[in-house]
Amino acid sequence: MRVVEPIVELARGLWTTLHMMVEKPVTIQYPEAKKPVKPRFRGRHALKRYDNGLEKCIGCSLCAAACPADAIFVESSENTDDQRYSPGERYASTYEINMLRCIFCGFCEDACPTEAIVLEDNYELTFTDRRQAIYPKAMLIDPVPEGGQPTPQKTEPGIFTRSVPEMKDPQD
Amino acid sequence: MNSFLILEWFIKGFVWVLVLIGGFAYLTLYERKALARIQSRIGPNRAGPWGILQPIADALKLIFKEELTPAKADKLLFLLAPVITVVPAVVITAVVPWTPAVSILGHTLTLYIADINVGVLYIMSVASIAVYGIVLSGWSSNNKYATLGGMRSSAQMVSYEISLGLSFVAVILLAGSMRMLDIVEAQRTIWFGVLQPVGLTIFLIATLAEVNRAPFDMPEAEQELTAGYHTEYSGMKFALLFMAEYVKMISICAIAATLFLGGYRAPWPISNTFLSFLSTDRYPLLGLVYYFIKIFILLFGMIWVRATLPRIRYDRLMEFGWKVLLPLSLAVIFITAAGIILAQQVAPALLWITPVASLLVAAFAVAMIDRSLRRKDYARR
Repeated sequence: MRVVEPIVELARGLWTTLHMMVEKPVTIQYPEAKKPVKPRFRGRHALKRYDNGLEKCIGCSLCAAACPADAIFVESSENTDDQRYSPGERYASTYEINMLRCIFCGFCEDACPTEAIVLEDNYELTFTDRRQAIYPKAMLIDPVPEGGQPTPQKTEPGIFTRSVPEMKDPQD
Repeated sequence: MNSFLILEWFIKGFVWVLVLIGGFAYLTLYERKALARIQSRIGPNRAGPWGILQPIADALKLIFKEELTPAKADKLLFLLAPVITVVPAVVITAVVPWTPAVSILGHTLTLYIADINVGVLYIMSVASIAVYGIVLSGWSSNNKYATLGGMRSSAQMVSYEISLGLSFVAVILLAGSMRMLDIVEAQRTIWFGVLQPVGLTIFLIATLAEVNRAPFDMPEAEQELTAGYHTEYSGMKFALLFMAEYVKMISICAIAATLFLGGYRAPWPISNTFLSFLSTDRYPLLGLVYYFIKIFILLFGMIWVRATLPRIRYDRLMEFGWKVLLPLSLAVIFITAAGIILAQQVAPALLWITPVASLLVAAFAVAMIDRSLRRKDYARR
């Protein structure tokens, strides 16, 4: 004859759910409050600039070659000292990433010799049209940093001859 | 019977239907909020502050949704079934006394719609009509799942209605009247819920089955029957079926409050002690407040049980209804009758035999359920 145990078990179940009511909800009010992403999160790509405003991307197409999903298209053009976009001989005159094809593997980041392309923490990639999924260079490139000049820049000849800078130890 | 009286009835009925529909709308919000909090969520909070406009948004969505009628459905019954389900759910509360008689502008007003001397019988009969709507909606959809849901609900409601009715009987015995107002006034000294703890429990369990709420929501068991009897319904017809279910929840809680928890009367510490200036004898309109509080708490109980207990298996549902609840409620009636006779013939204090003995019987029933379940456990091994 078990009388108390079944009732206690029932009451324990009810207590568990009632107790949950006083706990803090885990909900994040998404569009207003965003949970910060992890440091190595791979979100939307960004094309970086040097401190003087020149683009890091030299249009070498190594990212496009490394891309397993074939999502990147690069077209390069010649730099001149009158119209300089990046150090060295060439720059990317067209740089497009198809966000529908991209699998955010980060191989482009690894392939880049100048650390120009970085997968940042923006994950809000929505579009209403297939054509909007192709992000052109204008959308990907970072704004000109403080103290820098917008590209194309007019530069002294013989300064920016080296396309790949002297690299320190890569961090992170 | 003058025209003013008819007008008064009309206004009362109209207002009451609106109150029920508004109550339905906000009950859905209340349920979603409470369920969300139990599940560590927030619940609807986008439409208006704290989501208070959510029911309106839901209603608008349902109004503009396309209404489908299955090709081989019985068109007339398919249309009629939601109406047949809603009407009993709305009219069932007509006999619930919301307050004692109020005098406003020299005119004695009663806030309940009908004061008939067989109020409890009325509730029983109207509650049993509700099953027709569900069965018809299941059958007329021409859908196997819907038909199964309708059949299940009819079997379940017929089974549990007996225990429900028998738990009414114990209250009628104690009050000596079927009139709802008399039943409330008979609880002046003590609530029937205290004298009939087992009767109250049987009533609450049977009402869960009666309004098809979890853990007895077999007719709409979505894992087995997609959505049960309302599988084929959409738009406003679905809204009507949904409304019937929630309005039934409200009315059944109002009835439970009337029969077992003192109705419009204030709870014990207010009505009998120094706080008695807040009692309904002084201010009859406070009855509405007490009713609201009681219904609110009972509704929370229903939501809480839904959030806690899983749906029970169909054969166990039937077994529980017929083999446990029915004998138990018969025993409770017997004990109540014996207790009343002893109190009248020997000593009034012997009325307390009723709760004690019925609790003992309930303990025996719990032991028997446990034993039978464990026996099945052993057999399976």
